[in-house]
Amino acid sequence: MSPSDNGVSRRRFLQGSGAALGGLVLSTWLPGFIPHSVAAEVTAAGRLGDQAPRGYGAYVRVGHDGLVTVISPKIEMGQGAHTGIAMMVAEELEVPLSSVSVEDAPPDSDLYADSLMQFQATGGSTSTRHSWQPLREAGATARLLLIQAAAARWGVDAAQCEAREGVVHGPAGQQLPYGELVDAASALPLPESVVLKTPEQFRLLGTPAPRLDTPNKVNGKAQFTIDLQVPGMLVASTLTCPVYGGKLKAVDASAARQVPGVRDVVTLENAVAVTATNYWACQQGLQALTVEWELGEHAGIDSEQLDAALHSASSKDGVVAHSSGDIDAALSGAASTFEAVYEQPFLSHSPLEPMTCVAQVRADACELWVGTQVPAFAQQTAAAVSGLPLQRVQVHNQLIGGAFGRRLDFDFITQAVAIAKQVDYPIKLIWSREEDMTHDMYRPHYVDRLTAAIDAEGKLQGWQHRIAGASVLARYIGSLPESGVDSDAVEVAIDPIYALDSLQVNYIREEPKAIPVSWWRGVGPLRSTLALECFIDELAHKAGKDPVDYRLALMGQHPRAQAVLKLAAEKADWQTPLLAGQGRGIAVSAVFGSFVATVVELEVQADKGVRIKRLVSAIDCGLVTNPTSVLAQIEGGTLFGLSASLFNEITLEQGQVQQSNFHNYRQLRINEAPGVEVHIVPSSEDPGGVGETGTALIGPALLNALAAASGERLRRLPLSRAGYFPVKGA
Amino acid sequence: MHSSKTLFGGLALAALSLHVQADDQALIERGKYLAAAADCVACHTVPGGEPFAGGVEFKLPFGSLYSPNITPDQQTGIGDWSDAEFLSALHEGVGKDGKRYYPAFPYTSYTLMPDDEVQAIKAYLFSLEPVSNTVPENTLSFPYNQRWGMFFWNLVFHNNERFEPDPSQSEAWNRGAYLVEGPGHCGECHTPRNFAQALSSSQPLAGNLVQGWQAYNISSDPAHGIGAWSPAELVSYLGKGYAPGKGVASGPMGDVVSHSLRHLSDDDLSAIATYLLTTEPQSEGVKRPDPVSASAEPVSDAGLGGQLFAGACAGCHSWDGSGTQSPVATLSGLKTVNDPAGTNLLNILLRGHTAPELRVDQQMPNFAKAYQDAELAAVGSFVLQHFGQTGASLSADDVAARRGNTGH
Amino acid sequence: MIQLSVNGTQHQLDVPDDMPLLWVVRDVLGLTGTKFGCGIAQCGACTVHLDGEAVRSCVLPVSAAAGRAVTTIEAVGQSALGAQVQQAWLDHEVVQCGYCQSGQIMSATALLQRQPAPSDAEIDAGMAGNLCRCATYTRIRAAIRDVDAGGAA
Repeated sequence: MSPSDNGVSRRRFLQGSGAALGGLVLSTWLPGFIPHSVAAEVTAAGRLGDQAPRGYGAYVRVGHDGLVTVISPKIEMGQGAHTGIAMMVAEELEVPLSSVSVEDAPPDSDLYADSLMQFQATGGSTSTRHSWQPLREAGATARLLLIQAAAARWGVDAAQCEAREGVVHGPAGQQLPYGELVDAASALPLPESVVLKTPEQFRLLGTPAPRLDTPNKVNGKAQFTIDLQVPGMLVASTLTCPVYGGKLKAVDASAARQVPGVRDVVTLENAVAVTATNYWACQQGLQALTVEWELGEHAGIDSEQLDAALHSASSKDGVVAHSSGDIDAALSGAASTFEAVYEQPFLSHSPLEPMTCVAQVRADACELWVGTQVPAFAQQTAAAVSGLPLQRVQVHNQLIGGAFGRRLDFDFITQAVAIAKQVDYPIKLIWSREEDMTHDMYRPHYVDRLTAAIDAEGKLQGWQHRIAGASVLARYIGSLPESGVDSDAVEVAIDPIYALDSLQVNYIREEPKAIPVSWWRGVGPLRSTLALECFIDELAHKAGKDPVDYRLALMGQHPRAQAVLKLAAEKADWQTPLLAGQGRGIAVSAVFGSFVATVVELEVQADKGVRIKRLVSAIDCGLVTNPTSVLAQIEGGTLFGLSASLFNEITLEQGQVQQSNFHNYRQLRINEAPGVEVHIVPSSEDPGGVGETGTALIGPALLNALAAASGERLRRLPLSRAGYFPVKGA
Repeated sequence: MHSSKTLFGGLALAALSLHVQADDQALIERGKYLAAAADCVACHTVPGGEPFAGGVEFKLPFGSLYSPNITPDQQTGIGDWSDAEFLSALHEGVGKDGKRYYPAFPYTSYTLMPDDEVQAIKAYLFSLEPVSNTVPENTLSFPYNQRWGMFFWNLVFHNNERFEPDPSQSEAWNRGAYLVEGPGHCGECHTPRNFAQALSSSQPLAGNLVQGWQAYNISSDPAHGIGAWSPAELVSYLGKGYAPGKGVASGPMGDVVSHSLRHLSDDDLSAIATYLLTTEPQSEGVKRPDPVSASAEPVSDAGLGGQLFAGACAGCHSWDGSGTQSPVATLSGLKTVNDPAGTNLLNILLRGHTAPELRVDQQMPNFAKAYQDAELAAVGSFVLQHFGQTGASLSADDVAARRGNTGH
Repeated sequence: MIQLSVNGTQHQLDVPDDMPLLWVVRDVLGLTGTKFGCGIAQCGACTVHLDGEAVRSCVLPVSAAAGRAVTTIEAVGQSALGAQVQQAWLDHEVVQCGYCQSGQIMSATALLQRQPAPSDAEIDAGMAGNLCRCATYTRIRAAIRDVDAGGAA
């Protein structure tokens, strides 16, 4: 159900007492999840008073200076979320974009919980999708109140007034800026309903407005967590047990303490930390330690063992996540069946800013300064580790130097608090790149086993899809629901865009134990999309059909998906013949509320050099807030996925992650990166997510293109595993 | 004749040393320095293992040798060795119970060390904690497993003689000669070996392929050896592992600097330089390239090799090979970029240079895991052609062959 | 004591000779615009200028920078070319998370200083040492192409 289905008239606002707060404050909450009473309690119970002007629950505030502040539960990770949010408010509130600023919300799960992810989080391409309705309504409500306040002042009918550029204009040419109206507006009763603009009326939404957060990111002024300075702070860095689950046994720190700049050596259950006046001294100190580990039960685990266990699991039945039609009958009655097994490796996130957190633990309070996708969890873990009540923990959220899902976890925050608890000064924990890469929470290794039933005419009857792998959802929320199905893992797979008479999806949970797993950009739909889009491509080739035509014939229920598939094919000159050794591959999916298709055209050399000649995407992501952000997210997301598809795989030897830095966990460089052509389908549907769609499509499009060009049908990423490497040039 | 003389000397010293062995800290310190100069730890320590506990494998064409445990452990080490036995081992290659060593153990060099220096090393080794470690048996095939054969080998190739200074040379020269030919046993790697695995007396220090690495010609020849190096450059190379534009110690030589040479005094390093610059020039092996005056501008049309160099290499090594980043990273003028086989070049690409005591600008990550053979061949070829003068190319097969052979 | 010139200011610093310039700049001088990404010169986030040339400060011992002019992202905009590059970055909406962009801008400025009108291949060669995990490469190329360095240099 999309947010707009809730209806505009639904009351989702609370009005703050303007005088006390210095402005007109409207709070709102996300659709269908937060009880009205909670928001009311929070807003009314004086929590706004002592937190003013940055009040809990206040989404939109118009100040006496006419400037607008939006408190956003969605953080800025580079995806342009804050700019999009500001645009939504500015559009309906009728103020220039330049007068809107966005602040991060403080942690408060009750108020900011995300209806999809069920906790305060930024991820899953939810930022635009979930803010769209309530933020515009908040803006429109504020505008209405301000107009009513002006109309009352002038003694005219509100219907005769209009708002433009932060000013209310009356019928006789009167003008009052918003700042002068906020107190009066605050005293007015909330309107029963507001009417939102139609897309044709937008003046701001849909335009390529400049990002709000970028100017300070080009001059060195933007401060990420790693850049913060808190009075009295020292830098801390850690050496964590190289095997997951292992413990610290003994440490000789005598030499480390002699390193100039080193202050303390702090031991934790599974790590040792050195604090010092600078990061370099920390590293020197860590190097001078003699550490003994209790490596624990995972120390004997190699990747080969994990692979074998997963492969064997993929033939089991697990639990049925979805069943329509009768797959058993279809398979047993099929003229032929076709089985293929697709594999996607463990992956590290490796954002360029390594895990870092500033923490101070005092007797009566704990403060965190950290870029996190989950501030509420950060607060909870800090409370648990420090032993302080939740309300004594303050989290100051920060800009994030890349996350890709990594900062949905808070292991490094827990560690920072545990160190800070043992010293009497604030610490800035900075993980080395090596710590970061070897102690990530990894995208799981998955095996998808698909078996299709094909009738005598060569028509596809349906398929059975077995999905085997670790459950991120279970690790993250503690357990799976009673059904035993990981809803993230089976997303897309249980609802493919292809019409199938029978479909069964089995979910087989197989935990590797020796390696922790987590969300990675594209999450479950990325995995399913790769399996489905490679499989359908293989089926098309088996049927002797063009991969585009074959798909289109099965996509009757999904006109938007059909449209992007056609558009991508057309823009990529799908029908134009290629030379030997060249090929095109295509993939299409309905993911994160958007529809995307990607075409890769490439050439394969005899030495397995792969030259990507063109990369074309078409996207229908509904109503576009900011086309520049959409383009940038598809371009970047596609190349992000390309990088992993070409190069990346995390492996274990003796329980230890073998990849440690960018020399052995390689990343795509600019001179290996093809251009990305993106075509946006105009649409007035509700906005869909864009941050993860490009990433989800490139893998299958690449594998399909490779098969078309070389005849080698790879079913396991990355390409480097099979000896392929990128080459550049036309 | 030789052996009886030594036996006598050995016994005399053994008696004497009973007095001093007790706690002569000065002797132990001297022994520690000499053990460093002789780089005992390199061959007697497995990576990550206890120092001097032995077990390092030496792969020879006819089987494997394993270095013994030389900690003072009574059962598995040399704890029950007398001074005479120790002396006999270092001077004659004959160990306790009369076992003859293979010349992987450089007694043909150590023999130049005077008795008191040998005993100082023993004193140092005996001051260490005993480590119980039984090393594997050698796996040499017949006839090489016949240790008595070494008796005849020694007759032909071994002179049991101490170092004799040359009065016509300076004190520094003589000190250098002693260190190079004696404890430093430089020739063991840098002098080619003959049919019987003995060092070639006709081509001293003319270079050799050791453990898959080029141990370059270090004679005084300016083109093939180190004749064009200044004494200061030699001292920097020996003591720190780099001489910008001349050489960077990596692979086994990096280990020698790390274990041995960096612990020597500047005077001793200067002495080594003085001696090396006067050795007989040998025009063998890889020739030093003329330093290129390449442009500092990125090369954008050099194909795959240039593409990879731009991404992973240029940051430190820079396009003109000058090491804008740091002189240590200078590629221009290095023999490694002029060896058409790319031996050390590929080795360093595959193995990196990561010893923790190195300065940040001396370290290099290894690129073995994330890059294909064809890619490493391409970047290797680019480096050879851009910075060297041989015009050589490397193939993916060259890289594959190197992959199995990048360390000891 | 090391004499270090950073952004035109002379500093007398009591730091170890082999401390990388990156940490001197960030942790001693408090100029945090220069970022840490890998510590092994593979990502370029730490790029600064040394006498106008782009270098990786994470593997540059501070002693090697003594007596040379260090310029960081905080001051690169003081040159006409640096300011033009920064503006091009905004005009082309290059930035996503922004963490690598200090290094990108430093590399781009050094590149344009040498080659005022680089071809795409020259841009690629000059910028290949700078990783961007958000993969903003297509926009970086466009922004550099758009700088009229002939006018600024």
